[in-house]
Amino acid sequence: MIKKIITLFLILIPINSFALIEVDITRGNLDPLPVAVSPLSIDEKSRKSFNKMLNKDNIGEEISNIVENNLRTSGLFNPLNKEAFLQAPDIANLKPRFEDWNLIKAQALITGKVSHVDKKLRVEFRLWDVLAAKEMMALAFTTVPNNWRRVGHIISDKIYERLTGEKGYFDTRIIYVAEEGPKTQRIKKLAIMDQDGFNNKFLTLGNELVLTPRFNPTSQMVTYLSYFKNLPRVYLLDIETGTQEVVGDFPGMTFAPRFSPDGKKIIMSLAKDGKSDIYTMDLENRIVEKITNHPSIDTSPSYSPDGKYVTFNSDRSGYQQIYIMKSDGSDVKRISFGNGLYGTPVWSPRGDLIAFTKLHKGKFYIGVMRTDGKGERLLTENYYQEAPSWSPNGRVLIFYRETKTNDKGEGFTAKLWSIDLTGYNERQIKTPTDASDPSWSSLLSN
Amino acid sequence: MTLSKIFKNSLLVLTACLVLSACATKKEIASDIKGSMQGDVYTGTDTVEYLAEGVPDRVFFATNESILTTASRETLRAQAAWLRKNSGINVVLEGHADERGTREYNLALGERRANAAKDYLMTYGISSDRITVLSYGKERPVDSGSNPLSWSKNRRSVTVKAN
Repeated sequence: MIKKIITLFLILIPINSFALIEVDITRGNLDPLPVAVSPLSIDEKSRKSFNKMLNKDNIGEEISNIVENNLRTSGLFNPLNKEAFLQAPDIANLKPRFEDWNLIKAQALITGKVSHVDKKLRVEFRLWDVLAAKEMMALAFTTVPNNWRRVGHIISDKIYERLTGEKGYFDTRIIYVAEEGPKTQRIKKLAIMDQDGFNNKFLTLGNELVLTPRFNPTSQMVTYLSYFKNLPRVYLLDIETGTQEVVGDFPGMTFAPRFSPDGKKIIMSLAKDGKSDIYTMDLENRIVEKITNHPSIDTSPSYSPDGKYVTFNSDRSGYQQIYIMKSDGSDVKRISFGNGLYGTPVWSPRGDLIAFTKLHKGKFYIGVMRTDGKGERLLTENYYQEAPSWSPNGRVLIFYRETKTNDKGEGFTAKLWSIDLTGYNERQIKTPTDASDPSWSSLLSN
Repeated sequence: MTLSKIFKNSLLVLTACLVLSACATKKEIASDIKGSMQGDVYTGTDTVEYLAEGVPDRVFFATNESILTTASRETLRAQAAWLRKNSGINVVLEGHADERGTREYNLALGERRANAAKDYLMTYGISSDRITVLSYGKERPVDSGSNPLSWSKNRRSVTVKAN
């Protein structure tokens, strides 16, 4: 499904790149950059043929809407109201009248054009610096028309990257657990959707309990826990073919799976005789290795991006705390020492931070700490929330949050939320049903 | 805190109690919860089912704990006696946790609780061949409430007939 069907041409690289706008993403951005997203212009013939094909009246506007929405939800940009735009989209794309865009306080302008070429969708777009009156970037894509949403996400990523200096996270998907029914008999299914909540699809039927899906590095495979035949075991699912298989042949419950950064191994816990230890299984030669060996509960393992270390959750000190070790299990070191219990450590794709869930005085927090345990920062507090997962650029965390029920045990909901690493820009991600255990894919177009 | 301050505070509480008639109702609820919990281990019978007469099917645990209480051991001895009498019956021990913990840790905790029950049954002569352990973590609460009493009912190991 995630084939490289999108070809990319570089039309022009700006030679002169000094004094152009830049967005600092390392601080909470209370003053998002005003941008004007001029609707992608489209000739009448192309508009009509795409209308027939995709049932969208104006595909140019639809794609711009995706870009606008992505930029807005990032919290770093403030897309301006289109009604204030003075210049027509097709003319703006040729040569913007910068005075006009300056007048409405736009600092960046995005223009572009959509056309129907050889049964394909061709999209070109330009990013302009309004104050410097310069073109910052110009790119064109050709793809199958059905891919139009992805084109919107890829454009968003290119703009984000050009303006922040870091890779974007818009052309990505979220795998999660869709939930329905009463709390005591919850029905759970694996589901997948685009990062912005569109193209939602259920991957299992809900006949058995499923939990904690996680992508492999190429985002084509998923490892998760299934209670198929009442035997809780780690499974592997190929998203494209729908093939599922149990991982290994273990004498007890296997759970808490994740892929190694090279995608060759699965690291997970095996619970047996009242203790849980961490194991790996090589997916090629099926060799199983025991990584921890302790009478305590050792679970929620997560590799460092270079694969040399593993962070995990253990109660060997008496309570749930976060540890790191070398990936062969040596040099185990506790890193969480604050008040409360710590769980679900996840290593950042940038390598410098570990995200976690913290339970303290009846509240749940999502937070981050450095890999030596120093610099703990709590990003959000709530009645119940857990399971952070990193955006591929390491700037945003997605997690799930549950509500407290009333005296009669009613009113339970579970929803997905995201928050910037800065602690700003907390927002709910809309899902068709209740949702939990989100896992963010890698960038699909890289 | 000086004595006079303490005195003032208690006086305030006293007046508050006199003013608010709700004080009495609150006390009743509190003693109700106390009646069915010891520490934070559930001691009531609300959710309990019976494998046979006098043989309760479940034991309860304190928060984050898998230690068997005196009452739990009594329940498990009754189960062991019943299993010895009914040697053809195998059981699944289903371990559970409350909702106030992370999902993966709770799966492990449920397994640890069910194993504590299994170990105890084995010391009373029940072969491990007859016992399967299954953890549900926090996935299958019996009580959907978000309060200490509901949570105490959910921290449990339930013995279920497998055949």
